Amino acid sequence: MQRARRRVTLPDKRVSEEAFKMNELKAKPIYLDYQATTPTDPRVVDAMLPYFTEKFGNPHSRNHSFGWEAEDAVDVARGQVAKIIGASAKEIIFTSGATESNNLALKGVMKFYGKKKPHMITVVTEHKCVLDSARHLEQEGYKVTYLGVKDNGLIDLEELKAAITDETALVSVMGVNNEIGVIQPLKEIGEICRERKVFFHTDCAQAVGKIDLDVDDMKIDLMSISGHKIYGPKGIGALYVRRRPRVRVIAQITGGGQERGMRSGTLATPLIVGLGKACDILSNEMAEENARITELRDYTLQRFRDRLEDIYVNGDEHERVSGNLNISFAYVEGESLLMDIKNIAVSSGSACTSASLEPSYVLRALGVDEELAHTSLRIGIGRYTTKEELDQAVESICVAVERLREMSPLWEMAQEGIDIKSIEWAEH
Amino acid sequence: MAYSEKLIDHYENPRNVGSMDKNETSVGTGLVGAPACGDVMKLQIKVTPEGIIEDAKFKTFGCGSAIASSSLITEWVKGKSIDEAGAIKNSQIAEELALPPVKVHCSILAEDAIKAAISDYKTKNGAAADAAE
Repeated sequence: MQRARRRVTLPDKRVSEEAFKMNELKAKPIYLDYQATTPTDPRVVDAMLPYFTEKFGNPHSRNHSFGWEAEDAVDVARGQVAKIIGASAKEIIFTSGATESNNLALKGVMKFYGKKKPHMITVVTEHKCVLDSARHLEQEGYKVTYLGVKDNGLIDLEELKAAITDETALVSVMGVNNEIGVIQPLKEIGEICRERKVFFHTDCAQAVGKIDLDVDDMKIDLMSISGHKIYGPKGIGALYVRRRPRVRVIAQITGGGQERGMRSGTLATPLIVGLGKACDILSNEMAEENARITELRDYTLQRFRDRLEDIYVNGDEHERVSGNLNISFAYVEGESLLMDIKNIAVSSGSACTSASLEPSYVLRALGVDEELAHTSLRIGIGRYTTKEELDQAVESICVAVERLREMSPLWEMAQEGIDIKSIEWAEH
Repeated sequence: MAYSEKLIDHYENPRNVGSMDKNETSVGTGLVGAPACGDVMKLQIKVTPEGIIEDAKFKTFGCGSAIASSSLITEWVKGKSIDEAGAIKNSQIAEELALPPVKVHCSILAEDAIKAAISDYKTKNGAAADAAE
């Protein structure tokens, strides 16, 4: 338990800057990328371990105690996952992660209902796996409407209402955005969908454990859940599929007919136990944890604002989860900033879509100026983040921003009062 | 992405960062790139009456490779004639810094920047340069 904790704690603060640089490779990096993934909580690991070794049974083995033992553990986990979203255990389908859940929700629903209702609606700022599933459906002849977002990252409910037709089978809107952390109005969306008899799917990979979720109150019909975003293991996720009124999906992985025929394959008992335990911990600690993280987030932002001018928070400042700070540091390119602070693990808006050098499509959808989109960092605060780590990160980032601004021709122009928009740039 | 030691050195200890008075006739200024594309390079050269680059300064908004490319080229052009400096190819920069393929455009930008600076110098000194020939 100690070991796992130490991995995410600070290098000794007394270590001087110099020594720090010399030992760069040995220095413990500060992890501030909790939207990318989270360390598995040691309590989760403890719960999982027996299911790798002595309790290794196949939960589908019906005729001996090894199977029953594993099945019991899966049942408990199913209940724990269901509880955190206000569902019943029977409505939880285990998958390999939120990507698979999103694929199953979109493709599964559209392929079941698509003959009569070949249209679905989603949002331009969704995660790539939702957008890509939608693109695949389009290639197969289904129709997809992509809603834009307002400059705070939230969808316009009137636009959603207007987009729904008699041919619409599904609306898919994420609960919390992975890049900017904004929270979509799920309850209002659910209301609109139910009234128009359209299924409502929401990708809640970034929302579970961050905001209160209740599938009945919010009229959610399908919900994607991820294990490794909530201090559970990687390689496990779930899809909530409503039973009343019943939602049908065409399985995307076929075989032995497990998970009520919606997802074949032997259940990964240890991972499922881990996902269940991660949800169980959140059920008990979520409110307290988020209060602590909100305080850290607000403190961090204030420290940046006290020190630097021309910084902008991307995404709504209020309708946003506690652990996400997405900031544009004007006049400093994000990738060079990351290079300067390599001891701090954060994401850059310009590099976050893997190898592409394009600025983030999410920031662009918000209407963030392209030059600002190139200057953003996503700082993710989570369960093991300490104030000392944030102090150190703020200091490093500010020093880097100041150094790079001194080097930036755009900063120089801004100081001279030249509007960089007034210059005719040769786009290349 | 793994960068070469030379690149990291130029990024961490950039040479010749700064600005010169762009209105001075002995100074040529090149400003290339675009903020929306994520990189802007400003490169300035100070040229002697004999056509030798005695000083060079840069400021760059861009990734580490762009900063290193501009730092390197300011080092290279110092002491060169403007013709020699204008003959520097982006491939030489890319090779020296071992730029990964996705970053080759940074070296192109550096080549463009020095060419633009030389051309600005020549425009300013059009009459004088012609008389000398």
